[in-house]
Amino acid sequence: MFEFLVSFIPRAVVQGIPLLFGCTGEIVTEKSGNLNLGIPGVMYVGGICGVIGSFFYENSLSDPSLMNPALGILIPLVCCILGSLLMGLIYCFLTVTLRANQNVTGLAMTTFGVGLGNFFGGSLIKLVGSEIPSISLTATSNLFRATLPFAESLGWFGQIFLSYGFLAYVAIIIAVGASLLLNRTRVGLQLRAVGENPATADAAGINITRYKYVATCAGCIIAGLGGLYFVMDYANGIWANDAFGDRGWLAIALVIFTVWRPGVSIPASILFGGLYILHLFIPTGTDLAVKELYKMLPYVVTIVVLVITSTRNKRENQPPESLGLPYFRENR
Amino acid sequence: MIHVVKRKDMPLVQALAIRFGIIVFALVVCGVITALATGLNPIAVYGTMIQGSFGSPRKVWILLQQVALLLCVSLALTPAFRMKFWNLGGEGQVLAGGFAAAACMICLGDKLPNAALLAVMFVASIAAGALWAAIPAFFKAKFNTNETLFTLMMNYVAIQIVAYFVIVWENPKGSGTIGIINQKSEAGWLPVVGGNKYMLIVILVALLTIAMYVYLNYSKHGYELAVVGESPSTARYVGIKVDRVIVRTLILSGAICGFAGMLLVAGSAHTLTTSIAAGRGFTAVMVAWLAKFNPAVMVGSSFLLEFMGSGAGEIATTYGLNQSFGDILAGIILFFIIGTEFFITYRIVFSKKQKASEKEQGNV
Repeated sequence: MFEFLVSFIPRAVVQGIPLLFGCTGEIVTEKSGNLNLGIPGVMYVGGICGVIGSFFYENSLSDPSLMNPALGILIPLVCCILGSLLMGLIYCFLTVTLRANQNVTGLAMTTFGVGLGNFFGGSLIKLVGSEIPSISLTATSNLFRATLPFAESLGWFGQIFLSYGFLAYVAIIIAVGASLLLNRTRVGLQLRAVGENPATADAAGINITRYKYVATCAGCIIAGLGGLYFVMDYANGIWANDAFGDRGWLAIALVIFTVWRPGVSIPASILFGGLYILHLFIPTGTDLAVKELYKMLPYVVTIVVLVITSTRNKRENQPPESLGLPYFRENR
Repeated sequence: MIHVVKRKDMPLVQALAIRFGIIVFALVVCGVITALATGLNPIAVYGTMIQGSFGSPRKVWILLQQVALLLCVSLALTPAFRMKFWNLGGEGQVLAGGFAAAACMICLGDKLPNAALLAVMFVASIAAGALWAAIPAFFKAKFNTNETLFTLMMNYVAIQIVAYFVIVWENPKGSGTIGIINQKSEAGWLPVVGGNKYMLIVILVALLTIAMYVYLNYSKHGYELAVVGESPSTARYVGIKVDRVIVRTLILSGAICGFAGMLLVAGSAHTLTTSIAAGRGFTAVMVAWLAKFNPAVMVGSSFLLEFMGSGAGEIATTYGLNQSFGDILAGIILFFIIGTEFFITYRIVFSKKQKASEKEQGNV
């Protein structure tokens, strides 16, 4: 049993980290009253931008081993942040400045982002001319996957807590930071006010537009990092089209599951990561079909939580009051 | 200072003209982006897209069928949207309907005469779609559970249920797919009408479009759901039972989605996969919204999006580009159209001018 946990937990964590990024980003966004259904697209864009950056850096060198470690990490990181920021700005411009419908804008962003990821991924694959439909960025990936040198010698403790690349710890720090920001600071209080009742917040002198822009763009950057983590760390630097799958939607599910609390999202994302791969660990013998039913678990659990929170009607567990609604000062 | 005010209703013709203009403009921008990203001549690319959609009678029929299927899902979502119920579960409801149809074809294919089988499939698929939409509707009506998120999650539950049965019904064993159902007997396949296997779906959806237009604009139900959408408290005040309207409308919405699923399985694919809805549940949201939930205009908007899709497929094969290029173009066009809505709903007033005009009035 103990050995099972030692092998299961690290795998659940690496599955959970991209979800944690996406979930934290979406919580920050939703707290400002923006329901960004473009998160799956943003995560694709974050991933592919990092891949493009490191691809050109690796190919500009005669030998990947000559790579400067600092640049090797910074270039994909900056590319990823810029790409996701741009997506965030598109979303904000359309929904906040032009007051467009958030659901439609978000779905269009997902179409666009997934298309962008697969198109440039496909183009790079063609550029390399490799036989397998994927790009391999091993040198960059090794930088992202580097662990502390003594982690291996610590046995099970090292495996469960120290066997991850630095982005995994960044994800947890961001989630804790977001939790503190939302609940312990004035900025967080004002942000929540914007999401709950923008008219009141506006009357109190809070700049609604600025809060929505900053929160949504920050949310997109955080979510984009999830895409980067997935390619560079989880997938060993291998980009294959559609490999990211529907994890973006799972991240949105996770937001509901955590009832809009970034602190809760840390264990919850690991739990979801575990549920996502549980079917690999359950001995079903030759009956492959049952495994498919196990993959349903994260979504069913989310629905149950959604229903329970709405029937309980506890005020602190509800979605932000004005979630999904555009704000127009002159509407009554 | 720049100041934004709401317009009075713009005449539909003018609004449509603006939208049409922006689509043309967006296509030009897409052409420029295509040239920049791929180095191809954008005019040649558009030529290829038109070629891909209208190049041969068969291509035209395939395009028409695709438009009909997308339109069918969009029509299904429309009553819910008019009620401001964000049904993002079209994908799952289509899949539920398709699953029910396939189940009937597999289990009853050799037990019932074809006409009876088709009737059973029809009932089963609309019941399955309706059930899939009624669950979130019930919780919305009863506990005000957030429907956007609930319907979204129901999609994945449906996908996994179908994935389970795809393995159970695998044919041949170990292939991971069901294969063509009843290939020899063609039991449960929609009949060929007018010598063209695409014709029946187009006719059925055309009839459905008219029916939906009448339902929304000239029936008591259509009026009630519009009132609920505008203001639930007004609806309650005038004696409309809001809970019942929500559940009833969503049952209708899901039933038509289920019907679309049956058209897909029995009418075109003759098989069942987890991706048989092919994102139509989401694309339909954009189709319906672009048309401002007007069934007649939806014909045009679903045509536009399907044209982009089939055209991009042709570009992909001709120039060796990636199929996803069409998604990028569709995304850009959507961004433009979404942005334009602002200028149709609102008017920007520069208040300096206003002051000047006030002064003039004062002088007079």
